[in-house]
Amino acid sequence: MEDLLRIGKWTFRSRLMVGTGKYSSNDVMKEALRASGAEVVTVAIRRVNLNSKEDSLLNHIDTSRYTILPNTAGCYTVEDAVRTAHLAREALGVDLIKLEVIGDEKTLFPDTAGLVEASRILVKEGFTVLPYTNDDPVVAKKLEDVGCSAVMPLAAPIGSGLGIRNPYNIRIILETVKVPVIVDAGVGTASDAAVAMELGCDGVLMNTGIAGAKDPVSMARAMRLAVEAGRLAYLSGRIPRKLYAQASSPIEGMIESAGPV
Amino acid sequence: MKVYVNGEPREVEDGITVKGLLEHLRIEPAGIAVEINREIVPRGTHGKRTINEGDRIEIVRMVGGG
Repeated sequence: MEDLLRIGKWTFRSRLMVGTGKYSSNDVMKEALRASGAEVVTVAIRRVNLNSKEDSLLNHIDTSRYTILPNTAGCYTVEDAVRTAHLAREALGVDLIKLEVIGDEKTLFPDTAGLVEASRILVKEGFTVLPYTNDDPVVAKKLEDVGCSAVMPLAAPIGSGLGIRNPYNIRIILETVKVPVIVDAGVGTASDAAVAMELGCDGVLMNTGIAGAKDPVSMARAMRLAVEAGRLAYLSGRIPRKLYAQASSPIEGMIESAGPV
Repeated sequence: MKVYVNGEPREVEDGITVKGLLEHLRIEPAGIAVEINREIVPRGTHGKRTINEGDRIEIVRMVGGG
């Protein structure tokens, strides 16, 4: 049976979602997106530059191939986040939103009270809401209760590359909510993505981990393989951890030992 | 008349529509969203909606982001 990721009315084969920011060029970005195998790509919503002709990102992302997931990055209030979601829906014609309500400039940790409130508003308006949240099971439950279609706890601060700082909280979130859990932010290298998937997360979303690598295209492939490997390992059921050795080869049939002289 | 587009003051002709403003600014309408005084102007109404003196207009599009 095919192992599909279902979020709201959407279905995806890939469990890796990738951002489109911070690439050195659109060509590198396009190649990295392809190598990642991602079906969902995130974008931000910003003012059109009135003073110079721009090369629209739309020219570089095949919207028939990728599901565009706009974010509300940079929004510090419920009002701004909701407004940005409305603009994204109008601009892109999708009611899918990666909801961010940021609480602190230095850490970019979410304002979780604002996040729950903005989620409530947008869900009522018919949006499929994917909130970027803390690794806090209580908040995750609140987000599910107001109707979010997934919860996206951070592994570590955005762009930090620190990996999963609190795997136990992620595990508790996985036990607490029924909607998909997607680790968003903080993934630095392939093993971080694999760990998220081995914990049982439904997906991983990243940007800097790929775009900031020396070779973004090969890192995108590494992330793809890590997410697939981690998922497969999770589904396969790992062995329990034991403190002492347990021989892999049979004890019977050993040759006669010379023994101590 | 004077209006504000993306925070910048601009002189535009009286009675200009959103469609007219986009043409004036050479902005392709695909993939953008327009807001006047914090209210979305749906794509289908750009040709009908006229802009008034002092209106604050936001024109946005998608850019690379995480």
